[in-house]
Amino acid sequence: MNTSHTPAMQLEQVASLAREFKGKKDQLMLVLLKAQKITGHNALPEDVAVVIAEEMGVTKNHIYDFATFYAMFSTEKRGKHVIRVCKSTPCHVNKASNAAHMLEKTLGIKMGETTEDGQFTLEHIECIGVCDRAPAMLVDDEVYGPVTEESIPGILSKYQMQGEEI
Amino acid sequence: MVQIVIDGQETEVEVGTTILEAAKKVGVKIPTLCHHPDQAVKANCRICVVEIEGQKLLQPSCSFPVWEGMVVRTNTPKVQRVRSNVLELILAHHAQECLFCSRNGNCELQEVTQDMHFTREVRYTNETRHGKDESSPSVVRDTNKCILCGRCSYVCDKIQSVGALCKEGRGFSTKLSSAYGKDLADSTCTNCGQCIQACPVGALTIHDDTEHVYEAMEAGKHVIAQVAPAVRITIAEALGENPGTVNKGRLVTAMKRVGFDKVFDTDFSADLTIMEEGHELLNRLQNGGTLPMVTSCCPAWIKFCETSFPEELPHLSTCKSPQQMFGALLKTWYPERSGVYPKDIYSVSIMPCTAKKFECVRPEMNSSGYQDVDKVITVQELANMICAAGINFADLPETEFDSPFGLGTGAGEIFGATGGVMEAALRTVYEVVTGEELEDVDFNAVRGFEGIKEASVDLKGIEVKVAIAHGLGNARKLMNAVKAGEADYHFIEVMACPGGCIGGGGNPIKNWKKMEKRLEGVYAEDKKLPIRKSHENPYIQKIYNDFLGEPLGEQSHKLLHTTYIDRSDIFKS
Repeated sequence: MNTSHTPAMQLEQVASLAREFKGKKDQLMLVLLKAQKITGHNALPEDVAVVIAEEMGVTKNHIYDFATFYAMFSTEKRGKHVIRVCKSTPCHVNKASNAAHMLEKTLGIKMGETTEDGQFTLEHIECIGVCDRAPAMLVDDEVYGPVTEESIPGILSKYQMQGEEI
Repeated sequence: MVQIVIDGQETEVEVGTTILEAAKKVGVKIPTLCHHPDQAVKANCRICVVEIEGQKLLQPSCSFPVWEGMVVRTNTPKVQRVRSNVLELILAHHAQECLFCSRNGNCELQEVTQDMHFTREVRYTNETRHGKDESSPSVVRDTNKCILCGRCSYVCDKIQSVGALCKEGRGFSTKLSSAYGKDLADSTCTNCGQCIQACPVGALTIHDDTEHVYEAMEAGKHVIAQVAPAVRITIAEALGENPGTVNKGRLVTAMKRVGFDKVFDTDFSADLTIMEEGHELLNRLQNGGTLPMVTSCCPAWIKFCETSFPEELPHLSTCKSPQQMFGALLKTWYPERSGVYPKDIYSVSIMPCTAKKFECVRPEMNSSGYQDVDKVITVQELANMICAAGINFADLPETEFDSPFGLGTGAGEIFGATGGVMEAALRTVYEVVTGEELEDVDFNAVRGFEGIKEASVDLKGIEVKVAIAHGLGNARKLMNAVKAGEADYHFIEVMACPGGCIGGGGNPIKNWKKMEKRLEGVYAEDKKLPIRKSHENPYIQKIYNDFLGEPLGEQSHKLLHTTYIDRSDIFKS
């Protein structure tokens, strides 16, 4: 269970976002995706869900149900960048597991974990529809592929540098 | 109307009828699990599949509407094979501990398994989903038995608007949960127990407290019981008789044989509630108090109001519920007269309600210096105790309730039905205000199962506008109107359970058809009683003369009134 507290400023941002969709339950997907970005942790902790529930007029349990159903959401704090390695068949036969191991080794974490500095979370994902670039992966919204042991350090450094700038 | 053929039988049904409903009409029983007669279609368990001529795939009959000329077959070998596979997959995730389950013998999954004659071994490893949540004093949630039909969360969301239950995760790892994995005790749950009533299996059950009562009996305590108005309506049903069979004589006999030293009637304190609440209403009307005043008999409603409408708490009557009024008297007035010390008294209440279990442990409910009510036992639990004691309920002689709290009026009797508290209050308030005798005591406008009822009563020049809501979803609607200043009512009755206490979570498993019968039982019983107005109860008059003084007096205030707390933090953390 996530017990962290989201800063008030972010909660206000989430509130004004959710307010626009008051009573539009069918837009929950959109709101949650945006809210998850606002938090900076790629997560929907309870206090964020409370704000969305209140502003949109849906229940907190519905948000929790929804957020735990879809793999793109997390109720636990994740890294600033989420790396999602495709594990579907075409990527698998193109040695996606090598890429996954390389990522685990470089970042010093296992699948599903977050680096200590809070920069990266490593996850598996089902087919992302770019089988021609297998083995493929997503870093946030960006598609990479074919991912090789050689290309990984370059990709990661792009995000690590971004992190340093901020 | 459309013509269809089901298993070779021609029939005519209305457009929009589902195959399941149509099949019922021609006497074909299709197994169901996620389907509930009082709920919307969910079609997620797939046990009700049937073959439709011209369709390649089997279709769920609970959601599939008929069309002109449709030919359905419900029992072909293919259908039976598929259903059997569906059942096998459900069983693979269902804890195999039927013999020790409180729903043993009264479980829809057992019934389906038996009806389908599923006798082979399940081919998959039995993997169940995580733990048991016993945090709530009222409801036990055992996710190992959950079949994910969604009936509990439907009633919690759509009927009660509480939203304490939801599914978590996806696919194999899906489980029944509360938002952010919270225990029920820390959730928005109001303890109403409607989820227990909706659950087809033993995933949501009543928190069993019978063991504590046996212990008190063994320890030689003076075990006394009060029996709520609705219990005499549903106890016979819980023991296998027809819904609506009312019996208090046999109930008292059975309880004495189980081992209760005294059995009192909560109808008595329902009358007391009317005296206090009626005078509180008059006081508010005459002295510009907060209006509308809202009843406070229902503990699930109280918790709901404390969590969802904390700013409206001043509308609540300060009266304790009949259970807690009785509890306070049983450890103050009763010891003085009976010579038993309060510390030796073990006070049990028999209730149709699971939320009462929560109410009795509220820290403020100790006017006597002790916890006023020690344990609450629901109708289902009492029925179990009667069975366990080897008592044949059907053949019992009748016994009267014990004196001095054994006499209740028709006004107390109708507390069990939605609108009952309102009607009882009106019977008394009318006579107190006008000083005239009320000839026709039946206020038909406040009776029945309509979600929100309104009425206006003329008290010789003073018009009193009243409203009644049952089911917390309806209560929410009414309170939103009060909050917005759009409601000009003077008095509102709220009962958390649809239908009132006779539909409470602690009763035998219900549906609206059974509820109709129970309701008939309530009003038939009221008609039978010689006294039908609370203030005419001679023992009520006596207790005010001897002990309490007057309604809203100092002693009453100390023992019979209470305070509420803002629980809206539950939403935030």
